[in-house]
Amino acid sequence: MFLFVVRRLFFAVVLLLAVSVFTYLLFALLPTDPAALTCGIHCKPETVLANRIRLGYDKPVLEQYWQFLRGIFVGRDYGLGQTAFSCPAPSLGYSFNQHACVTSLIGETFPVTAFLAIGAFILWMIIGIGVGAIAALNKGKWQDRFATGFAAVGVSLPTFYIGLLVLFSVVIWFQILPFPSYESPLDNFSAFITAMILPWLVLAVLSAASYTRLTRNGMLEAMNEDFVRLGVAKGLRLRVILLRYVMRQALIPIVTIAGLDFAGLLGGAIITESVFSLPGMGRMSIRAVVDSDLPVLVGTTMVAAVFIVAANVIVDIAYGFLDPRVRVSS
Amino acid sequence: MTENSVPVLSVQNLRVSFDTQDGTVHAVDGVSFDAYAGETICIVGESGSGKSVMASSIMRLNNSSTATTEGRILVKGLDVLSASEEEVRGIRGSEVAMIFQDPMSALNPYFTVGKQIAEAYVVHHPGASKHEIHDVVLAMMIKVGIPSPEKRIDEYPHQFSGGMRQRIVIAIALINNPKILIADEPTTALDVTVQAQILDLMMSLQKEFGMTIILITHDLGVVAEVAQDVIVMYAGHIVEQSHVDALFHAPTHPYSWGLLGSVASYGDNKRGGLLTISGSPPSLISLPVGCSFHPRCAHSKGEGSVCMTDSPSLRSVGSDGSRSACHLADDVLVSVGRRGFRS
Ligand SMILES: Nc1ncnc2c1ncn2[C@@H]1O[C@H](COP(=O)(O)OP(=O)(O)OP(=O)(O)O)[C@@H](O)[C@H]1O
Ligand SMILES: [Mg+2]
Repeated sequence: MFLFVVRRLFFAVVLLLAVSVFTYLLFALLPTDPAALTCGIHCKPETVLANRIRLGYDKPVLEQYWQFLRGIFVGRDYGLGQTAFSCPAPSLGYSFNQHACVTSLIGETFPVTAFLAIGAFILWMIIGIGVGAIAALNKGKWQDRFATGFAAVGVSLPTFYIGLLVLFSVVIWFQILPFPSYESPLDNFSAFITAMILPWLVLAVLSAASYTRLTRNGMLEAMNEDFVRLGVAKGLRLRVILLRYVMRQALIPIVTIAGLDFAGLLGGAIITESVFSLPGMGRMSIRAVVDSDLPVLVGTTMVAAVFIVAANVIVDIAYGFLDPRVRVSS
Repeated sequence: MTENSVPVLSVQNLRVSFDTQDGTVHAVDGVSFDAYAGETICIVGESGSGKSVMASSIMRLNNSSTATTEGRILVKGLDVLSASEEEVRGIRGSEVAMIFQDPMSALNPYFTVGKQIAEAYVVHHPGASKHEIHDVVLAMMIKVGIPSPEKRIDEYPHQFSGGMRQRIVIAIALINNPKILIADEPTTALDVTVQAQILDLMMSLQKEFGMTIILITHDLGVVAEVAQDVIVMYAGHIVEQSHVDALFHAPTHPYSWGLLGSVASYGDNKRGGLLTISGSPPSLISLPVGCSFHPRCAHSKGEGSVCMTDSPSLRSVGSDGSRSACHLADDVLVSVGRRGFRS
């Protein structure tokens, strides 16, 4: 098990390096000149040149990449003398558009994304697994039909459309809630909740749909297992059988997918954040695309990649704990 | 068989049907029999004849949302079919235990075997201490022949071979010293040498625990070896119930003849020579009118005869206590069977 974890972590690091090379090169090969983007349209060529040198864009791509990678571990200084500035480690670069280190930009936006992700995740797991379990326990009855319908509709509804619809109906037509304006929960908790409740719900309900289906089908499949019959034949209570036998098995694929979904969300819920104007990482990324703010894009891509890769490792390890058959054979 | 004592299990006019898209499947259609303490009853019959469904009903294991069950099943005076869920739970695993066909899938893959045996004990011994549970489980593992049980108690099912898993299943079944053990083809999924070991184990444990075994099997060799009584099922009916010797020497139903492999010809058998069961079992959704075996029966009388109009009921025939559901059991078959079989 220990060896398995070490090996898994090693491959995770290699994978992240590969992602960083790929991301960096991809953006470096774009036909935009990052230095030219550092000052507006009415820019003197000298300024562009100075910025190019200061930001290191005059160097060969591989050296730029090396500087980037080094920056992550030891921080990075830009320029010399009066105009010099530095981004301490872990530095993911400097955004000239926003005149800030990418790491601190991410530091500001990430909590918003994390709050959104955690709240939505908890809600959707409860809704998804709960509705799925109710459906499985009432197979063929109206609860089941309702849940199956919910799952079918839910997975096919676009977040963008439903988000806007909810926003318009709740905030503009019925005016149940004020227009969401994000505040940190430490500063103003009720404003935080008011701003978050709709995005949480929209994200949770739409994501829950696939979990409902997964739970329902997983439980129904488990209920047909011979070992569940043996559990009943032992005289075990229904509750015990459902938890220790049925759910235990149905949860395994759910944990896998939930881990990856959650990690994906931590990389930025682009659409939800944009629709509900939450100042999170997803919205920052999409702005960076519009503004060609390459350092920010590289930074957020790397952060998202770290989450995905980490989630993969965690899910793999969790799998070993959840299923003894995997544990021993690996 | 101890005729005058009270049966430990009494199945009375059991009917189980399933609602399916194609119609109602009458999987068990009016089955009655009694089982007495310490005896071994084998149930034989073609695939789909309702053996497993019937056996599952004894512990009310059939899915209640699709299955309709009628009749009475008395275990220790309790009518399993009309009892409350809690009452049935009380006899599951303690009075009646069950061994399933496939040991590979019968154990919960997520828990150690020790925990699974313990679970079966604890549910009927709620006050048991950890220490006691451990001892009981270990003793049971030794009894069913698991080598180095102290080590294996903490292993998971996938670390066991098929034969060893079936021993664990048997340990689970016997941990509460049940009166009745239902074994649904307990050795079919195992290889031949292991089959014999498992069967021997069951039989020696039966002596030790004094339980009644209801064994479903396709293996007539096993039947000959272990059974006292044999129930032959066809299309949801019991077509014959006989003492094992009577069945092998003088089967009272044409289907039993066929099942026993071959039957010597007699007078009006046009094909002559050996006869096996031709054709396939009837659809359980719409059984043939009259005797459900008549389309495949070489002895059924022609159009308009009793075989085609009346469903035969199970009745005593002959002198050795056999029961048969054949209209012709008395006049022709018994005498011919007696003369013909194994001669
Ligand atoms: N849940 C169910 N729904 C519908 N039909 C069922 C169900 N369970 C069993 N049946 C039907 O009932 C009939 C009897 O099945 P059963 O499993 O008792 O046969 P069996 O005698 O045990 O056969 P085998 O020797 O193959 O184990 C079969 O035709 C089967 O298709
Ligand atoms: Mg069967």
